[in-house]
Amino acid sequence: MEKKDRVVTIQPITRLEGHGKISIFLDDNGNVEDAYYQVVEFRGFERFCQGRPVEELPLITPRICGVCPWAHHMASAKAVDAVYHVEPPPAGRKLRELAYNAFYVHDHGAVFYALSAPDFVVGPTAPRAERNVLGIMAKVGKELVKNILAARLEATRILETLGGRAVHPVMTVPGGVGKPITEEQRKELEQRAAKLVELAKLTLKIFDDVVLKNKEYVDLITGDIYLHKTYYMGLVDEKGKVNFYDGKLRVMAPDGKIVAEFKPSEYLNYIAEHVEPWSYLKFPYFKLVGWKGFIDGADSGVYRVGPLARLNVSNGFATPLAQEAYEKFVSTLGKPAHATLGYHWARVIEIMAAAEAALELAKDPEIASKEVRRVPTVTPDEGVGVVEAPRGVLIHHYKTNSEGLVEKLNLIVATVHNNAGINLSVKKAAQSLIKNWQVNDGLLNMVEMAFRAYDPCLACGTHALLGQMPLEVEIYDSKKRLYKRITRG
Amino acid sequence: MSKPKLAIVLGSTCAGCDYSLLDLGPTLLDVLSNVEPVYWPTGADFKLSDLESVPDGSVDLTLYEGAITNSDNEELAKLVRRKSKVVIAYGSCACFGGIPGLANVSTADDIMKTAYVETWSTDNKAGILPQPLTKVDGKQLELPVTYDTIRALDQVITVDYYMPGCPPPLSYIEQALTAALTGKLPPRGHVFASERALCDECKRVKEKKNITAIKRFHEIVPDSERCLLEQGILCMGPATRGGCKAPCIENNIPCRGCMGPTPEALDQGAKMVSALASILALDQERSASEEWLTPLIQQVKDPLGTFYRFGLPKSMFRRVIPRR
Repeated sequence: MEKKDRVVTIQPITRLEGHGKISIFLDDNGNVEDAYYQVVEFRGFERFCQGRPVEELPLITPRICGVCPWAHHMASAKAVDAVYHVEPPPAGRKLRELAYNAFYVHDHGAVFYALSAPDFVVGPTAPRAERNVLGIMAKVGKELVKNILAARLEATRILETLGGRAVHPVMTVPGGVGKPITEEQRKELEQRAAKLVELAKLTLKIFDDVVLKNKEYVDLITGDIYLHKTYYMGLVDEKGKVNFYDGKLRVMAPDGKIVAEFKPSEYLNYIAEHVEPWSYLKFPYFKLVGWKGFIDGADSGVYRVGPLARLNVSNGFATPLAQEAYEKFVSTLGKPAHATLGYHWARVIEIMAAAEAALELAKDPEIASKEVRRVPTVTPDEGVGVVEAPRGVLIHHYKTNSEGLVEKLNLIVATVHNNAGINLSVKKAAQSLIKNWQVNDGLLNMVEMAFRAYDPCLACGTHALLGQMPLEVEIYDSKKRLYKRITRG
Repeated sequence: MSKPKLAIVLGSTCAGCDYSLLDLGPTLLDVLSNVEPVYWPTGADFKLSDLESVPDGSVDLTLYEGAITNSDNEELAKLVRRKSKVVIAYGSCACFGGIPGLANVSTADDIMKTAYVETWSTDNKAGILPQPLTKVDGKQLELPVTYDTIRALDQVITVDYYMPGCPPPLSYIEQALTAALTGKLPPRGHVFASERALCDECKRVKEKKNITAIKRFHEIVPDSERCLLEQGILCMGPATRGGCKAPCIENNIPCRGCMGPTPEALDQGAKMVSALASILALDQERSASEEWLTPLIQQVKDPLGTFYRFGLPKSMFRRVIPRR
């Protein structure tokens, strides 16, 4: 008997960094047989960065992503430091960290207010026309939205002062940063960072009022549709606290046991990447367990990174207000928290952590020192640079010839680590929503929420700045005839 | 009167151009209240079918961001051309190919082998590469075809205006939107940037000094008041259009040319080579033999990546011919 496949394609889930689509296959009974999250674009930085002088890579690789260019700038800078065997002097390092924390507020802030908040503030079942910043404005008032946008501009100005531009920064050089700042600039940075802490307080309060005080939302977050027991990976400092810029990589098993902790330069012993012919994005896995396919649990090497993973693997934050929020998170969701929608909450807590860290650094008189860089003197060879991008672990690994020209490089981007997890989440949401040919608008929202939690930068439309990503479901029969078309709203 | 219809579409891009619009802050809300977005996937809930369904020629202004690297990009570019009165190549990728255009050093197949087989962390002994069509248990999964040669937007469709920069300075976005809103767009072909070279707006002191050696920017700590080029650091300022106010140079990091060639230059790299020739060991020029000059020129370690960082697809060369 001929198999009557039905395909549900969600495309374009138009994107920020690369394009993606979801294909859902139905069986003879109209239930979900399989679901694939595909990344449909490829640009090949691994090839065309070959032959370039390695110190140029912090200027080239940010163009991988216009949303998290600072993550690439910093991971690349650290890899280049390692290639040239040079460490920035204290002021150089602190300026990098200050910029990086301000970038976290800039990025997480945009994601929360433009992407997550419409779902919760306006409501997951509200008409799509209202599920955007304008809808939030109607709900909470134009003044508040303008204030939030203005407060985020403080982060923009910090990034411009330190990196020339907020998008595609020009800040680092091997062994430090290009230019020192003046004491006047430091004072100005301090004032701006203080406003970021205020923005973070406001954001935590909004999350608390709107989401945590609403039982329906809390049930949604903790419910089974969005639950996956996987491994987690993230950077921690020497005290086991979350650190966005530097530290050791720690891996936690689904049962909460720490199963590995290693220097970023040793990543090849712990991470490998699987390739599927149907996606331009690879599927990394935890090598000590191995690739077992698209399944979760302790026997599968699928791991997740990003805000949820960082809160899971760490013992919390080094700053007081973020730590307080972390403790509430753990007491509500447990440890490790497997709730995929917990990513949103973790992100909001990290806005506070980043704002507090930025303020501490901006207050430090040492950042106005003139000693911001060390000129390399050693023959370049090979180096690894790892940071926590807002969406998770980001690895840059370069090997050069003796003149510092790149021979080979490897990049593992945050969203790539989450690729298998996103596939799992999409399939589970689809399976729980589509039953016996019943495909309705609810599917769109629920599937969307499943992978929007990851804020998957590398491939999809979850970055809809003013509302929802565009979603359209087309259901085809096995002869590719259009069976049904559904649009949201 | 109805508001002008605006589309912002994405080809092969990092999306930094339209993401940077958020840095307009509260002004963004005012800008948006004056237009009617008809398609803007990063900005709001629009679907390709929304764009397909509007009448041809009904979109007043389209900003196209990104290069053309695959079949999806090309189809979208042709669609927006049909639907739009005015198309602006928005950002360096759309204008010149941008950083993705560096892929023209190779071919799609070679690039994929590098990424999916040769990288250190990849576990792919079977050498599997992403395919336009894959069957998994009888299920068909499709991917767009990645091209061998990356193109700028005007190598695929007719472009009305250009707005270079990676990303373009926000002041030019405001300028273009204001012009479009008031119906006062400049003559076709206009470039929303300065008409002069970056050097003209750079604050550094130039002493018309000759240089005898070329330095890489990590090798010396430059004097932050003086011209980087005159300190031996290759800076693309002389060959690059101004308008960005030189944030890179301000930070002691040389210009890499994202604003594209100066108005009169046919080729940004050729222009830079010419500028370099006029400053490099000029005083010894008459006595300079080839033996003496060659090692000097060889100090430029990466001519392609320096002179054509953002514009290989629109250069005279367009691409590197693959060796067989």
